[in-house]
Amino acid sequence: MEDTIVAISTPHGEGAIGIVRMSGSKAFDVIEKIFKPGSKTVDDYENRQLIYGHILDNNQVIDEVLVALMKAPKTYTTEDLVEINCHGGSVPIRRILDLILTFDVRMAEPGEFTKRAFLNGRLDLSQAESVMDMISAKTPKGFDVAYNQLEGYLSKKVKKIREDIVDLFSKIEVGIDYPEADIEDITHEEIKEVLEYNLEKVNHMIEGSETGKIIRNGLSTVIVGKPNVGKSSLLNALLKESKAIVTSIPGTTRDVIEEYININGIPLKIIDTAGIRETDNEIEKIGVKRSKVFFNKADLVILVLNNAEELSVEDREIISYIEDKKVIVVVNKTDLENKLDFDALEVLVKDKTILRTSVMNEHGIEAVENEIAKLVYHGEVKSKENDFITNVRHIAALKKAKESIQAAINATDSAIGYDFIEVDIKDAYDYLGEITGETLGEDVIDKIFSKFCLGK
Amino acid sequence: MNNNYDVIVVGAGHAGSEAALAAARMGSKTLLLTINLNSVAMMPCSPSIGGTAKGHLVREIDALGGEMGRVIDKTYIQSKMLNTRKGPAVHSLRAQADKNEYHIEMKRVIEETDGLYLKQTEVTDLMIEDGMVKGVKDNLNLTYSAKAVIICTGTYLGGKVFIGKNTFQSGPDGLKAATELSENLKEKGIYLRRFKTGTPARVNMRSLNKDQMLIQKGDETVVPFSFMSDDISKEQVPCWLTYTNNDTHELILNNLHETALFGGQIEGVGPRYCPSIEDKINRFSDKNRHQLFIEPEGNYTNEMYVQGMSTSLPLPLQEAFMQTIKGLENVEIMRPAYAIEYDCINPTKVRDTLEHKKISNLYFAGQTNGTSGYEEAAAQGLMAGANAHLKINGEEAFVLDRSEAYIGVLIDDLITKGTNEPYRMMSSRCEYRLVLRQDNADFRLTERAYKIGLATEERYQRMLDRKKAVDEEIERMKALMLKPDDINGFLENQESSTINSSKSLYDLLKRPELTYEIMSEVDTDRKPLSEDVIFQCENKIKYKGYIVKQLEQIKKFKKLEKRILPETINYTDIDGLRNEAKQKLEEIQPKSLGQASRISGVNPADINVLYIYIEKMKRQGELNE
Repeated sequence: MEDTIVAISTPHGEGAIGIVRMSGSKAFDVIEKIFKPGSKTVDDYENRQLIYGHILDNNQVIDEVLVALMKAPKTYTTEDLVEINCHGGSVPIRRILDLILTFDVRMAEPGEFTKRAFLNGRLDLSQAESVMDMISAKTPKGFDVAYNQLEGYLSKKVKKIREDIVDLFSKIEVGIDYPEADIEDITHEEIKEVLEYNLEKVNHMIEGSETGKIIRNGLSTVIVGKPNVGKSSLLNALLKESKAIVTSIPGTTRDVIEEYININGIPLKIIDTAGIRETDNEIEKIGVKRSKVFFNKADLVILVLNNAEELSVEDREIISYIEDKKVIVVVNKTDLENKLDFDALEVLVKDKTILRTSVMNEHGIEAVENEIAKLVYHGEVKSKENDFITNVRHIAALKKAKESIQAAINATDSAIGYDFIEVDIKDAYDYLGEITGETLGEDVIDKIFSKFCLGK
Repeated sequence: MNNNYDVIVVGAGHAGSEAALAAARMGSKTLLLTINLNSVAMMPCSPSIGGTAKGHLVREIDALGGEMGRVIDKTYIQSKMLNTRKGPAVHSLRAQADKNEYHIEMKRVIEETDGLYLKQTEVTDLMIEDGMVKGVKDNLNLTYSAKAVIICTGTYLGGKVFIGKNTFQSGPDGLKAATELSENLKEKGIYLRRFKTGTPARVNMRSLNKDQMLIQKGDETVVPFSFMSDDISKEQVPCWLTYTNNDTHELILNNLHETALFGGQIEGVGPRYCPSIEDKINRFSDKNRHQLFIEPEGNYTNEMYVQGMSTSLPLPLQEAFMQTIKGLENVEIMRPAYAIEYDCINPTKVRDTLEHKKISNLYFAGQTNGTSGYEEAAAQGLMAGANAHLKINGEEAFVLDRSEAYIGVLIDDLITKGTNEPYRMMSSRCEYRLVLRQDNADFRLTERAYKIGLATEERYQRMLDRKKAVDEEIERMKALMLKPDDINGFLENQESSTINSSKSLYDLLKRPELTYEIMSEVDTDRKPLSEDVIFQCENKIKYKGYIVKQLEQIKKFKKLEKRILPETINYTDIDGLRNEAKQKLEEIQPKSLGQASRISGVNPADINVLYIYIEKMKRQGELNE
């Protein structure tokens, strides 16, 4: 039998309530020792009922709480599970946790409740992975997407396609197994129709996955421009708006800082080239050469220009580097007299969006944020529809499924026998099954082991 | 009377005949017992051997050294390759036998096999000591001892026939049922259940209006079942096609209460894929006609089999409803249709060698394992016979997996999934059809059978010769380079794109529009080759990409088959397995994770749990005892 684990399940910091969660065979024993219900005893309450009472340490009240007892196996972990809803803030919640840890209960590892839920068969693979994504989600949006997958949203979609394929198989097979029966064979065209319908679904999911990746990992963004155009001010303004700096870690390259900021639910990983040391060399000053490296890595480039200066050679050079990137051109310092030739700029940057700001006067920042969101969602903001796949393994499987369906569709265009077409259809079926864990493969299992640290 | 044998086979139908022949040919002194010597390899239902998927089984039985293919090649009266328009993997051979000749030919082969003893008696009991079978007893109170016993009792075991509301104990076609054996098997702790099947009426050919029906002829070029047969072409007999109509349906619907089936007197479960005409009309009420084929039962009889019209209506009604059908207006029934209920075991109780899990050296094959069909029975018989011989000689078991043979699929399905109705082999049950074709059964299986002494030297050589012919021709085609000047005119004529530099004949044949036959015009030096070798070569070239893909799928499949679940595993102790899964795993005791994943009631989450469990054990070194 697994040992009993405990953890604080709500985020650290101030909050109205906090939840301490405990799972395992000893969870009920422990709660009986530290919890005194308002009136009756613990035994008098029904499964899953919220019980009012107090947590006591040596008869001393630590906190006034609501406790939920959930009996195995119908719980998240499928084990006996206890949730203590206590007052938020770090002091009471910490004291309850410390008290529980004096019993034969240990601190849970990150994701361990989920690991148990998965190992105990409560969650399928894609659901368990989603929980892990949720735990490591960098933004609320990323959390939402992961949550949807936990709810089986992705599994449901994939299962529907697999059902369609099974149905298609049965239609093909009936003709093969009963060649002399009085039934019409399915035609190549009919097979193609079903495949194309489902290919579109898979494509849709793959398209969403690009956005999903951004939602999970952050949109890597570079702010470039000559010195003193207002790069740092723009960054600071964005930071101020977002209020939610998730993390601030030194980048892999010396002198470069990566900041995570959150704009309209989209995490931006800003590679702050402002940190690059200035030198005497004019070109180096702009940081073009060194910034080039970051251009290549960046999903989004924000080019900052000075409204009060004419376009310089360096500006033009930067523009030539970022031709095929997603770029937002920000012309800053609109509070000063205009010297920049906008007509020339428009010709230079072609179809890229040009925005005007006066960062100093907090003017135009919102437009920059909106433009970022627009670019991420390919111009159509789909914030309600969480059709984003964030897991790399899922995306890879979808892409393979797509290839196989496409191969099958191509085969239907020739007069080739059904048994050949079925080879590709089966491949697609199996790849889709890898997402839900219904197709078992070595790589899937490797993934499980890497995600849940099961090795001993 | 010396009554000591190595192997005893109980029942001489299609399973029993192959079982006894396999064991005897491998060197076991074998006794084959049957209730009636006149019913050896009898075909009590359809006159056909083969058909979709079943044809593959016959080819595999033959490739392994079995007899069914050779006997049908000698005794067929009509032959057809089905599904020829659907790709080589699902081409299926079917032939109709002269039933009587088939029986006589199989009996003759058995009689002439050294070390094989064919005797008439009714087995009534098994001798079992310390969980191991020691022999059988018969109704004359004689005992026959053996190291292994194979039960192939078919519909004889506890057989009960229904015609209308009349029921009586009977085996197939009026033969005696084996009732005492049923009781004694149950007493030995072998759980038996009731299955049901049925057969249509036989009618007199002289009473048919043939000109009112559609004639169905056999193929002009006949492909033999056996890899040992050469040209077997001969004059074939035709079949006849006609349809039911509204009058037929009305008559049957108005008389459903006259059948034992709908009256609820039959407890056995019948096959969904082979429904009675009552069932068909009842379940598919939107269909306004059902087809029926009238097939001759042999060259020397006027009896005709009415395929598709199995029924348990009373005899007068059988004749009445048939007379509503075009061509059958004056039909005269010679043998009535009947339903038969019989005892069989749950096949999850046997291993992949078909040996019972609890009683050592006791094997089950054929309808007794819950299957239906001559071919399914013969395939199991062959495997049980071979494995009984191997076991008593301390040799390694002979098991085929799902990627090696239809036989592998059949047995794996039976022992892993069990069956709730008589199990029929179907193409759709087989995952790797592109590789498991009927035309390459010998390449897949003959060498393995040869190595265990099941296939003869002659058969093995034939396979090697055929393989050599194919390989040599492929090599020749790769080496034969065709120059643009010599061939572009020809290609234009064939509406195939022209070439700029020389290309091999092999590469050109990859084009869908070019066939081996078409290429003869520019490939003038070719040797004459058999149709079959040409077919092999073309398949190899044209479908290489797909076959490679399927081999990849097989590789993935094999990985999970190699994840062995030790017999010592205690499933009830594994946290996280659902109770249903625990129960099923305990019952089936799968050999590998792959097999476990095919058990119904074990879901992917359970398999993940199991996978992680064995992986953890492995990492902890607990498996390396």
